[in-house]
Amino acid sequence: MIELLQYDFFTNALLAALLASISCGIIGSYIVARRMVFIGGGITHASFGGIGIAYFLGINPMFGAAVFAVLSAMGINWFTNRGNLRQDSSIAIWWSLGMAVGIIFIALTPGYAPNLMSFLFGSILTVSGTDLLFMGVISTITALAFLLFFKTIMIISFDEEFAKARNMPVKTFDYLLIILSALAIVASIRVSGVILVLSLLTLPQATANIFTRKFQYISIASIIIGFVAMLSGLITSYYTNLPSGATIILILTLFFALGKIIASLHSLFKNKS
Amino acid sequence: MNELIEIRDLTVRYGEYTAIKDVNLTISQSDFIGVIGPNGGGKTTLLKALLGLLKPSSGKITFSKKLKNKQSDIGYLPQINKFDHRFPITVKEVILSGMAGKNRWMNPYGKNDNEKLEKIINELHIEHIVKKPIGELSGGQMQRVFLGRALISEPKLLVLDEPDTYVDNQFEHELYEMLVELNKRMAILLVSHDVGTISSYVKGIACINTVFNYHPSNIISPEQLKAYNCPIQIITHGEVPHTVLGKHNHQHSHNDI
Repeated sequence: MIELLQYDFFTNALLAALLASISCGIIGSYIVARRMVFIGGGITHASFGGIGIAYFLGINPMFGAAVFAVLSAMGINWFTNRGNLRQDSSIAIWWSLGMAVGIIFIALTPGYAPNLMSFLFGSILTVSGTDLLFMGVISTITALAFLLFFKTIMIISFDEEFAKARNMPVKTFDYLLIILSALAIVASIRVSGVILVLSLLTLPQATANIFTRKFQYISIASIIIGFVAMLSGLITSYYTNLPSGATIILILTLFFALGKIIASLHSLFKNKS
Repeated sequence: MNELIEIRDLTVRYGEYTAIKDVNLTISQSDFIGVIGPNGGGKTTLLKALLGLLKPSSGKITFSKKLKNKQSDIGYLPQINKFDHRFPITVKEVILSGMAGKNRWMNPYGKNDNEKLEKIINELHIEHIVKKPIGELSGGQMQRVFLGRALISEPKLLVLDEPDTYVDNQFEHELYEMLVELNKRMAILLVSHDVGTISSYVKGIACINTVFNYHPSNIISPEQLKAYNCPIQIITHGEVPHTVLGKHNHQHSHNDI
């Protein structure tokens, strides 16, 4: 297994796994706590529109995805607040609009689109230096934002109205965090693709939540769970020749199931003694 | 003067719908006012306007100089059923958040806040649950925790939105006893749809059903309620005359405003 580390693509993949688990661990804990998972789903799928346009224009697809993700995050809020539309409808519109735009522009691009599957389902083994740089910047900003403003984020997330009554910067933080979430999601598209990325933001958190109900612990545990799952998924997919993104998701689900089993065994044991 | 807040001709409209109309009320330092009214009568709207969460459509709310720090001088206990009880936050974190305010983004808490936390925890007798996530609390414990958040900033006015829902009778009485004690050092404005219990504790009763009527005593008769256009059932407790107000059929539609 050590010989794997001699390959650049493998060390890149390892680094990508580490960075993605940091940003997904933190942002995932936030969106799960605030019950914003479905918004995350909307943003992820909408970002595919950006990938399609970037393809057509011949620029970096991650850049297109980032622009679209942020726009759709704002768009969902805007439609809901100004357009008098219920939030789930607003999400669904952006979700499918993004996918539609993406597929149309890919169809318009001359020639075959070989990387289409990798954007839909991820391909951590083809992560480039530029991707790593982008992921590094996003993970650092995310980690810093939560380290510095943790208490404020917590108070606002828990009770927005109370925070407003206290004149806290509720709107500023809402926008800041939704943009950060959008970027963190885009940064993880490389790992598991547009379609699967949502599970990187929810499965580690759900697993951690079995054992702890403290936000800080959930975030830290999610980072570790995410990284271990990505690492084992990466190795498994290398030896079995299975798609890496999907393998990672299966392993994460396995961890969750194991967590549930351990927790129920524990309570069974506790009740008997 | 002992006045804390003066509300003059306050009207709040949501689009075409008038939630409260021409409310006049002065809250003074030692007041303990119970505001009763039917669901949809504008109770929460009145509180939200008072807290600055809603802009008045017309009228004015004046805060006296005694409330110079409006944020921490008014303690607010919202309805606890509106919270996500599975949110990963501990009792300690919830109570401390009562110290948060403007301009302290990085660290919303000050140096002395931990001492204040200790004091509140002792006063509310919740030492044993401080480290628990809020999802593991009973209704009564939850109510104490949110009361703790409202009290930690040592407010001069405590505002409570239906603190008597989702708790048992035992706790309800404990809560009111606590409020009577707190009233010795702060004014209290409490909103409820149950006139029965509060009437034996408060000093004045107001009734809100879009229009507002204040009655500066805790004894209120069904006839008065009726005159106030306030369809509330009285189930009496304590010293209140034993009368039960039945359903009555006059119009409360918002058209008659």
